[in-house]
Amino acid sequence: MRGSRAYRALLRLYPASFRAAYGAEMCAIFTRRRRDASGPFGVLAIWVDAVLDTLRNAAVVHWDILRQDLRYTVRTLRRSPGFTVAAVLVAALGIGATTAAFSITDHVLFRPLPFKDPDRLVGLWQQESFRGGGRSELSPANYRDWKSASRSFQSVGALWTISKNLSGAGDPARLDGSAVTAEVLPMLGVQPAVGRLFTAAEDRDGAPLTLVLSDRLWRARFAADPNVLGRKVVLNDAPYLVIGVMPRDFHFPTRTADFWTTLQLAPDDFEDRTDTYLQGLARLRPGVSAGQARAELRGVAARLERAFPDENAHITAAVLPLRDLVSEQSRLLLVALLGASLCVLLIACTNLANLLLARGLVRRKELALRTAIGAGHERLVRQMLTESLLLAAVGGVLGTLLAIGAAPLVARLVPTSLPIAEVPGVDPRMLLVSALFTIATGIGFGMIPALRGGRHVDTDSLRDGTRTGSSRRAERLRSTLVVAEVAASVVLLIAAGLLVRAMWRVQAIDPGFRAEGVLTLRTALPLPRYESTERRHRYYSRVVADIRALPGVENAAFISALPMVWRGGIWSVTIAGQAPEVPQDSRQASLRYVTPGFFETVRIPLLRGRDVSDRDTNDTSAVAVVSDSFARLYWPGENPLGRRFDFALQERTIVGVVGDVRVRGLERDGSGRERSSEPQVYLPARQVPDGNIIGYVPKDLAVRSSLPPGALIPALREIIARVDPQQPISDVQPLADIVEAETAPRLTQVRVLGAFAAIAFVLAAVGIHGLLAFTVSSRAREIGVRMALGARAGDVLGMVLLRAALLALAGVALGVPLAFAAGRGLQALLAGVSPADTATLAAAVVLALGMTLAGSLLPALRAVRVDPNTAMRAE
Amino acid sequence: MNTPDPRPESLLPLPPATFHILMALAEDDRHGYAIIQDVAARTGGALKLSAGTLYRSIQRMLEQGLLVEVHERPAPELDDERRRYYRITAFGGAVARAETRRLADLVRMARASGFAPEGA
Repeated sequence: MRGSRAYRALLRLYPASFRAAYGAEMCAIFTRRRRDASGPFGVLAIWVDAVLDTLRNAAVVHWDILRQDLRYTVRTLRRSPGFTVAAVLVAALGIGATTAAFSITDHVLFRPLPFKDPDRLVGLWQQESFRGGGRSELSPANYRDWKSASRSFQSVGALWTISKNLSGAGDPARLDGSAVTAEVLPMLGVQPAVGRLFTAAEDRDGAPLTLVLSDRLWRARFAADPNVLGRKVVLNDAPYLVIGVMPRDFHFPTRTADFWTTLQLAPDDFEDRTDTYLQGLARLRPGVSAGQARAELRGVAARLERAFPDENAHITAAVLPLRDLVSEQSRLLLVALLGASLCVLLIACTNLANLLLARGLVRRKELALRTAIGAGHERLVRQMLTESLLLAAVGGVLGTLLAIGAAPLVARLVPTSLPIAEVPGVDPRMLLVSALFTIATGIGFGMIPALRGGRHVDTDSLRDGTRTGSSRRAERLRSTLVVAEVAASVVLLIAAGLLVRAMWRVQAIDPGFRAEGVLTLRTALPLPRYESTERRHRYYSRVVADIRALPGVENAAFISALPMVWRGGIWSVTIAGQAPEVPQDSRQASLRYVTPGFFETVRIPLLRGRDVSDRDTNDTSAVAVVSDSFARLYWPGENPLGRRFDFALQERTIVGVVGDVRVRGLERDGSGRERSSEPQVYLPARQVPDGNIIGYVPKDLAVRSSLPPGALIPALREIIARVDPQQPISDVQPLADIVEAETAPRLTQVRVLGAFAAIAFVLAAVGIHGLLAFTVSSRAREIGVRMALGARAGDVLGMVLLRAALLALAGVALGVPLAFAAGRGLQALLAGVSPADTATLAAAVVLALGMTLAGSLLPALRAVRVDPNTAMRAE
Repeated sequence: MNTPDPRPESLLPLPPATFHILMALAEDDRHGYAIIQDVAARTGGALKLSAGTLYRSIQRMLEQGLLVEVHERPAPELDDERRRYYRITAFGGAVARAETRRLADLVRMARASGFAPEGA
């Protein structure tokens, strides 16, 4: 009988209903056949036959049932279009939100970078061994010494992000690019689409200048001409030979890089070890971990610190996988997004389960009828699972389309500082993920009602006159689901609310200047043509004079870098004879050179003394205008005018005091420590020393006018072209946009999380409405009896609303602590707003209660309108 | 749940197993194993229905209304209680006749085209 037991196990491949009907006879036939078989080979043949027969026919039987169930499902769903549309939309929102959030998170955080063996690519950084261990780039000398002394790397290279003026191919333009040593591009393992990469000889000092183009630049500027190789292109007045074009999907070191040229370090670049500007990039030897490499480099750095105790004081090394350069805030935000989407999916699933439960209860008669005509429990469960999977599948397709449609909005969360594309492509993995979510959703929300509906079919339901009310247990389950929905939506509402508060708080920060009505642009003056300060002065004077003569223009001036645009330019301050009250750390100030009229143009108030003047030249005494905080730091309660201090290699005399501005941006500086901008020092443009100090030459133009930018820009272009026809113009934007860009990432965060919260909110309202509508209709007789016995409309209304309020309160009670925990997790994004922010909590609670009220209004009104006669006659 | 299409032609052409089962039931009600034996005997052993093919065909034929299960049984000493007996319905007979007609027409056309089998 052992053989027959094995055969019976084989029969489990058939659906249970089929097995129940025919299993015994099939076993009998099998036993008889085996008895008739002769010899071991005969028995073996029978077994092979049986297995093949079962596999083939079980599939056919399953398929037959599936077809039947699908036909039946489509027919029943068509009969209740309201339910069908609601279920499909709810599933689509849940699946769409989760798919979108997952694909963006995967794109930014998890997917390997698009380079060869990306796990072995690391960035090299100098790190302070004190004061919180701030990281900085490498100085050329340290880069050289680290490279020659380390053994952990297969290859070490360096790069420097640069911007250059392109002329000679269309309008002059300002382009972002990167100067790289010959090791860098081969290290990434990406082949050029056209031409070749740099050779080792080309990054030596004095070698001919060569250029590799990005695909984007090649298409935009050179019409994708394959003969571009060998052409000369002029960057900053110097000719470069084009040797290659990178493929379309190559982004390095950031998404905005448009060209690569060689980093040629001259002997005097190696002199100053404190001048740190090189990004180190290295490929680990196979089998060497980033930790081992760091340990080795720290040894090297310690030796260098002993050799150069002044320049390399407290300088150690950091080795970080290239993948981990995503900022903590971006990472946190994406994790929050993923959490939010899971909340939405959870709410969607509970909602669907509730919809199906309610439907299952309404369909009890139909189910009982089918049981009576012989459909087994398993067939009913299977039928209901088919229904929920079909709904989920349609919802899944719709949701995937939704996710693809939402990609451009969500993609704005992808930081530009990463070497990856902006929008994640629709790849098979994303489709696989949404298919998985779809199936999980279908089974998740189909299982509970299927099991409950399938098990509790009682044939009593068939008799006429049985109440169509729901059982107490089903009611409790449905209430629990609604409470979970309310709780999840409260969490999302509070999280989104906290982010809105944080955004408002940042937007309310006074930048220290008035941006409205100011248009800015950049005319990056190329060296060596503009190396002479007097030549630049002539350029500024003519441009500014002509602009000021335009009707509607109030004022115009140049500055070396607009506030919030460039965060560097920090120099230390020394004051002769000053008591050392000010800690060394704080003796720093930001340096900007300005032409006269800058403060008035952007409305930085002049508090004392005078503005810089065209009469302040390299032949007169060096003067400075300082910010209020600078004056108060060094000369508290005294008149700072006429005081002297050493700054930027010279002694300066204070001639004016202006208000403080947020040079480094509205918020903290990203290190996580709350820190406002350093005090500011402004020096006259005519006192810039002659020579090559790229960062400090005034090049950003600010114009205050009453003209719309559309009218002003052509006039400015004309004036600049008249003064210097070869001078490109870039970065044309209202100053207000620069300030707004400070909060743009927050706006995106708020929008995305807000969208999730809104979806959750609507879904939860739908859930409450569905539950109460069902309760009211199933309790119509009870309500009718009460009203017949003299209950007033107000009592009935109160009964329904009370139930809604209890559900909402339970949800809020559960949601608020969860939201507080979520808020603590998000703290780094909150700009100092407390996770327990009372206003946000109160607003969320009020919204949740309002939502409950809105969701329960229709069912409550329907309850009031119950006609006692009809309700009781219906039984 | 399944309302059979009243036109016998709607089920044509019949799968071979279905047609054989109908033939096996033409004269007598039979249980599953008897159907297998009958088909094997009729075809001289060329067609041995497997248990899976037999019962999934029977299930489909029950749903299509070609067969019914009969509940009056032979004398208990001849019967194995596990067995179910099947009887062809009037509709089943009509379908079998329609299939025969279809095949006969087909054979006539084949002969007219010169495909007469040797020795026939």
